[in-house]
Amino acid sequence: METSKQLIHPGWLRAMHWLNAIAVIVLMTSGWRIYNATSFLGFSIPNGITLGGWLGGAIQWHFAAMWILFINGLLYLAFNLATGRLLRKFFPLSPRALLSDLLAALKGKLAHADPRQYNMVQRLAYLFVMLDSVLLVLSGLVLWKSVQFPLLRELLGGYEGARLVHFFAMAALAAFVAVHLVMVALVPRTLLYMVRGR
Amino acid sequence: MTIKSPPRLAIDGDAVLKEAAGRIRQPERRNFLRRSLTLGGLAMLTGCTLVDDRSVQAALTRISRMNDEVQGWLFDPNRLAPTYPESMITRPFPFNAYYSEAEVRSVEESGYRLEVTGLVADKRKWALPELRAMPQIDQVTRHICVEGWSAIGKWGGVSFAGFLRHVGADLSAKYVGFKCADDYFTSIDMPTALHPQTILALTYDGQPLPPKYGFPMKLRMPTKLGYKNPKHIQAIFVTNTYPGGYWEDQGYNWFGGS
Repeated sequence: METSKQLIHPGWLRAMHWLNAIAVIVLMTSGWRIYNATSFLGFSIPNGITLGGWLGGAIQWHFAAMWILFINGLLYLAFNLATGRLLRKFFPLSPRALLSDLLAALKGKLAHADPRQYNMVQRLAYLFVMLDSVLLVLSGLVLWKSVQFPLLRELLGGYEGARLVHFFAMAALAAFVAVHLVMVALVPRTLLYMVRGR
Repeated sequence: MTIKSPPRLAIDGDAVLKEAAGRIRQPERRNFLRRSLTLGGLAMLTGCTLVDDRSVQAALTRISRMNDEVQGWLFDPNRLAPTYPESMITRPFPFNAYYSEAEVRSVEESGYRLEVTGLVADKRKWALPELRAMPQIDQVTRHICVEGWSAIGKWGGVSFAGFLRHVGADLSAKYVGFKCADDYFTSIDMPTALHPQTILALTYDGQPLPPKYGFPMKLRMPTKLGYKNPKHIQAIFVTNTYPGGYWEDQGYNWFGGS
């Protein structure tokens, strides 16, 4: 296979991917502990899988990791745009191709012959997670500073609306992560590519 | 100022979580360092040079202080918190404190005197009727708790900026500190103290502040989270020495701004 000689993921991308993974894990597990302070959706998340030990500790982790997500995320978007990688890897999108790729995936027949090409399901999934992350940051900003960001606040349904947006955007991210990990387990060489680049 | 030890609850997981939903705080603060390093936390530390509790805690504290600075920059002294019609007042307005409602302090009105000290020209004490005689303003604003919930309430009282000017406070000082009858204490930044919606609240929903909401007075700031809004205020002081706070000293963010 030619691919082992060619770089699939540049160094900056791999570094940002793993940094983001750390940030997401810290934000999610500390966020769950913060959620547990009210359990306002009628259920609680087992404290054993949360980070922080108590509300004060969870908030410290959460408001530290948010900087990593934010700065790393901005740099990721900037590098992707500047290198043209965003356009090359994620576009064009095609609903027809999405349908056929999705059906192939469900039948276990979606090929990964060329790891440098994202199939249509991948493109949509990764674009979705980028947008979802932006939504998490924006709703997070409203939760943190609802007085100082009035336009965002009103767009997201006020402070209480932002709580729901923040939680459900997190749930969507968690779902993505679960599927993502299963996919990596099914095609383990993709993990090597994200570590070594080739 | 002695810090009262919070009551210890027996840790029955389900019961504690239910009570958390009922807004009673969990008392595992002292175990924070031990418990903060859950599986996830430990995984974070592998490969890092920060390998012990102390340096992790020091780093988190440093970042919280940095967040204080960022919040100071983000704070717009002219931006008002949203106000609401009285029909949206949350009824009943929730009670919250680091102790239960049964332990709310009763402050006797006739003997009560507000102490004002520190970097102020006029250090005399204030009786309630004197404060009630000052111009009163009210607000229907959203109270946001650090736990995540919020409630809309109506508070009335004296403009705190007006009060500080009246007592000749040094408005270039960094902090205004508060000491409370329930052994609670906290402090705020001067720009927030001077914000137009910061009031020394004497009334709740048009009635004298009931004990559970902070009689005889509370500092109401819709630009800060609930734990920054001290109740049962006994003393106010202006200072350039960081006064800390009951929750802030335990790890909550000091600026606590919304």
